[in-house]
Amino acid sequence: MDIPYTTHEREDTGLYNAKLGIWLFLASEVMLFGALFSAYILLRVGAEPGTWPHGLLNVPLGTINTLVLICSSVTVVMAWASLKMNQFNKFRIYQGITVLCALIFLVIKTFEYQDKFLHYEVIKNDGTIVDGHLVKKSADSITLHVSHGTHGKEKHDHKVQPVSGTNAAEASASPAAADHHEEVTVMMSDVKKMGNYGPKHNTYMAIYFTLTGLHGLHVIGGALVIAYLWLPGAKMWKTDPERFTNRIEVSGLFWHFVDLVWIFLFPVLYLL
Amino acid sequence: MGQSHSQTQVHAHDVSKEVRRYLIIFGALLIGTVITVLASYVNFGSPRMNIIVALIIASVKAFLVAGYFMHLLSERKMIYAMLVATVFFVIGLMYLTVWSMEPSSLIHIKR
Amino acid sequence: MQHSTTDTHHAGAHHDAHHHEELGFWRKYIFSTDHKVIGIQYALTSLVFLFIGFTLIALMRYQLAYPGQPIPIVGGLLDSLFKGMASGGVMSGDLYNAFGAMHGTIMVFLAIVPLAFAAFGNYVVPLQIGAPDMCFPRINMASYWVFFLGGVIMLVSFFIPGGPAQAGWTSYSPLAVIIPTDGQTYWLIGMVFLITSSLLGAVNFLATIIQLRAPGMTWMRLPFFVWAQFVTGFILLLAFPPLEAAGIMQLMDKVFGTSFFMPTGLMISGNPADISGGGSPLLWQHLFWFLGHPEVYVLILPAMGIVCEILCNNIRKPIWGYKSLVYSALAVGFISFIVWAHHMYLTGMGTAISTFFQTTTMIISIPSVIILTVFFISLWGGSMRFNTPMLFVLAFLPMFGIGGLTGLPLGFNFVDLHLHDTYYVIAHFHYVVAPGTIFALFGGIYYWYPKVTGRFMSESLGKIHFVTSFIFMNLIFQPMFAQGMAGMLRRMSDGGANYSVAQNPGVAGALSESVLYSNVLVSIAAWCLGLAQIPFIYNFLTSWKFGKKVTSDNPWQATTLEWQTPTPPPHGNFTTTPAVYRGPYEYSVPGAATDFSPQNEPLKTQKA
Repeated sequence: MDIPYTTHEREDTGLYNAKLGIWLFLASEVMLFGALFSAYILLRVGAEPGTWPHGLLNVPLGTINTLVLICSSVTVVMAWASLKMNQFNKFRIYQGITVLCALIFLVIKTFEYQDKFLHYEVIKNDGTIVDGHLVKKSADSITLHVSHGTHGKEKHDHKVQPVSGTNAAEASASPAAADHHEEVTVMMSDVKKMGNYGPKHNTYMAIYFTLTGLHGLHVIGGALVIAYLWLPGAKMWKTDPERFTNRIEVSGLFWHFVDLVWIFLFPVLYLL
Repeated sequence: MGQSHSQTQVHAHDVSKEVRRYLIIFGALLIGTVITVLASYVNFGSPRMNIIVALIIASVKAFLVAGYFMHLLSERKMIYAMLVATVFFVIGLMYLTVWSMEPSSLIHIKR
Repeated sequence: MQHSTTDTHHAGAHHDAHHHEELGFWRKYIFSTDHKVIGIQYALTSLVFLFIGFTLIALMRYQLAYPGQPIPIVGGLLDSLFKGMASGGVMSGDLYNAFGAMHGTIMVFLAIVPLAFAAFGNYVVPLQIGAPDMCFPRINMASYWVFFLGGVIMLVSFFIPGGPAQAGWTSYSPLAVIIPTDGQTYWLIGMVFLITSSLLGAVNFLATIIQLRAPGMTWMRLPFFVWAQFVTGFILLLAFPPLEAAGIMQLMDKVFGTSFFMPTGLMISGNPADISGGGSPLLWQHLFWFLGHPEVYVLILPAMGIVCEILCNNIRKPIWGYKSLVYSALAVGFISFIVWAHHMYLTGMGTAISTFFQTTTMIISIPSVIILTVFFISLWGGSMRFNTPMLFVLAFLPMFGIGGLTGLPLGFNFVDLHLHDTYYVIAHFHYVVAPGTIFALFGGIYYWYPKVTGRFMSESLGKIHFVTSFIFMNLIFQPMFAQGMAGMLRRMSDGGANYSVAQNPGVAGALSESVLYSNVLVSIAAWCLGLAQIPFIYNFLTSWKFGKKVTSDNPWQATTLEWQTPTPPPHGNFTTTPAVYRGPYEYSVPGAATDFSPQNEPLKTQKA
C-alpha cells in the first residue's frame, strides 16, 4: 500500500504530508533560533553598562544582504506560482535567481567574516592598544594597517586600557581624528596579548558568529536543495507535476524561514 | 498517480491574482528594510524604546513574509495551533530566563 | 475540490501495477525504510546501550561500597583501557566522574528515549492507527542511522586520551569546558547527532499521527499509547532545539574559546583563564533544563501509554476515564515547558521567580496524579489475568506513585534547599525511571514480542525476571531516600567517606555509619539486579527461535489494530485500509459474542 496524502491534501487537516512535516520542522527551528536570541538578550543585559560594542559591523553590507534575501523570498514564491500556472520556463528563471541570490548572500557574508578574521587587536606590555587590519605577521613581529575614524559609532568593550603618554602615534586615535591611514609594526616581545575579532574576542562577536554562522549553514542547506530542484530534481515535473510543485512549495517554506530569521538578525546584530 | 486538471486550473486562476499580491508585499518589505535602517539612527527616548521600535518593524516584516509568502493567513487551524504553542514557549523561554537572571531578581545579600 | 480518502483505494488498486521488487539483504534489514524494521533496530541498539549504561554504574557501585579498593576481575582491564585513570584497578575520582556522566547520558539519550519513543513508537504506532508506514519512511531510516552514529561517537569518547565527558550528564559550564579532555567535544558532537535524530523522529511521528489515521480512527478513538507518543513527539520537537543551541555554544566555548558560559574573572588552577569573559554559567543551566525537564516527561509518557494498553487488555475492561487520560497527557506536555527552573532553586534566583516555578511544578503534579488514578480506578471490577506483562504493569503503578510523590518535596524551593543534589534526588528519579518506565518497557517487550516474532517469551522466566527485578530495584533505591535526607550528596566518588562521622568526629551533620553501610547493601542489590537480567536476556534472545508459537494473530485477545494484522505484519501492514468503528478498549461489551471487540469490527447495526 502506498502512503496516502503525499500529493493531495487530507480533508480534515487541509494539508499534504510534506507541508505538515516542514511546518513541524520550522517550529523546532523557531525554538532553536529563539534560544540563541535568548542567549543574545541575556549576554547583552548582563554586560557592564556601556561596554556592549556598536559599529563593529558594516551596515551597508548588512542592508544589501537583507535586500538580497527578501528578493530571493519573492522569487522562490514566484517559482512556485509559475508551476501552479503551468509555466515551467518561468519557474526555471525564478528558481535560478533564488539560487543566485543565495550565492550573493554567502559571498558577502564570507567577505564580512574575512574582514573580522583579519582585524587584529594588539595589547602591548605598556598598556597601549594597536587596532587594525593585518598586513603581515611573522614570528617576531606583526604589522597592522591602522585606519582611524572609519568605524563610525565605534565603542570599544571593557578590555580597552587607557593610552599611556609616550607612543601617541601607535595608540588608537580618538574618533575626532581625521581619516588617517598608517602601517604600524609591533614586535612580538612588546605584545602582552593579541587576537583577531573572531568569536573569541568578546561575547558580542561570539554571538554574532554563532547566530550568523548557524543561519549561514541554513542558507547553504536551503540553497543546495533549491539548486537540486532547479536542475536535476526538475525531472519530476514530467512524471509527477503535482508532487514536484509540492516540493517547490515545501522547500520555499524553508527558504522563507531563513529569510525571516535574517529579518530579525539584521536589526538586532547590526543596528541595535 | 492521477492528475486533476480541473484542480490545477482552479488553482491557476487563484494564483495569478496572488502574484500581484506577492509583488506588493515585496515592495512593502523593501520599504520596511529602508525604514529599519533609517530608524536605527533616530533616538526614540530610551534604549528600551529603540529596541521595541526595531522589533516592531521587524515583526511587521516577518508577519508579511509568514502571512503571505508562506500562506499562513490561508492555512487551517492545525498549523496555527502548533505555531501559537511554539511562539508561547519561545517567549516563555526568553522571558523567564531573563527574569531569573536580571540582577534585580537575585537574592539581595544584606551587608 | 479535495480528494477524499478514497485516495488510498486508488493507490491500492495500483499496488499490483508497481509491485515492489524483492529487496536485497541490505535494503531489507540494514538500510530499511520499513517502520517495523527500524523499530526493531532501535530496540536492539537501545537495549545494548541499556546494558552498557548498567555496566558503568555496576562498576561505580564497587567504588561506592569499597572506596579505594581495586575492583575484582575487571580492575586490570580498566587499568589498561583507561590509562592513568584506574591505576592498580582502583577507580580514580576522574574515572568515577567519567562513568557517572556517561551513565546518565547513555541511559537517558541512548537507552530509554530510543527504546520508549523510537522503538516501541516506530513499531506500534503506524499499526495502531491503521497506516501502511510512517509518513516519511526515508527520514525514519535517516533518523535511526544518525542516532547510531551519535551512539558510536559517545562510545568512542571513552577511549580517547583524557577520557570521556566528566562533568555530569548535565555538562555544566565552566567545568565542562575547562576539563582538559576532548571527550567533552565528542559528547557535544554526539549530542548534536542524537538531538537531530530525535527531531527527525518527532516530525515523523507527529505528521504520521495527524495525517495517516485510518478512516474512522478519530482522535478520541486513538489508543492512549498513540496519544502518549503524540505528546512526547511535541515535547521532543520543541524542547530539544534550545539544548542544541546551548550545545553549539558550549562547543564554541570549548573549541573556539568563546565565553558564552564563561564568566569574567574566571580562574583555573590559580591562573586567570584566557577568555574574554562576559558570559554566564547560568545561561547554560537555563537552556539545559529547558530541555531537561520536558525530557523526563519524554521518559514517562510512552511508558504510561504502554501501561494503558497492557492494563486494559488484562482486566478485560475499558479504561475508566479515557478523556481524563487524554487531557491530562496534553496538560502534562504543555505545562512541562514552564517548570524547568525547579532544577535551579539553589542558583540564587529571586523569590518571585522561584515561586513562579514552584507553583507551576505543583500544578503539573495534578495531571500526573490523574493519570495514575485513572489506572488505579480502572482496576476495580476488572477480570484480571496475571501474565508477565501485567505483572510489570501492576508493579509500575505503586512504583511510579512512590517516584512521583517523592518528587513533591523537591518541588518546594525551601525543602529543596536541604534535598538538592543529595541521594534523595537520585532515589526519586530512579524510582520513576527504573521500576517505573523500565518496568513498563519490559512489560511492553513481553506483550508485543508475539506480534513481532510469532512466539511467546517464556512465562516462567518472565516471572522470575519480574520478581527478582522488583525486589532488587526496591533494595537499591529505598535506602537512598534515607541517605539523601541524612545529607549525603551526589557524585561523591568515595561514597561519602570524606563526610563520615569517622573522619569528622563531633561535626554536626556528618554521615553516620548506617548511611555509609547502606552503600554496601545498595551495591550488592545492584549487582544482584544485574544477575536478575540474565533470565530476561536469555529469554529475549532464544524465544525468537524456541519460544512457544502463537496459535492466532491476536494471542492476547486485544482490541487495538496492531493485533488485527498477520504475524508478523507484512510490508504495508494491512492488505486493505482498515476501517475503524469503535473506541480502543471495547472489552466485555454487553451482548457481544467474545469479551473483546476489535476496533475494526463493525457495529452489529452496520454491515461489514
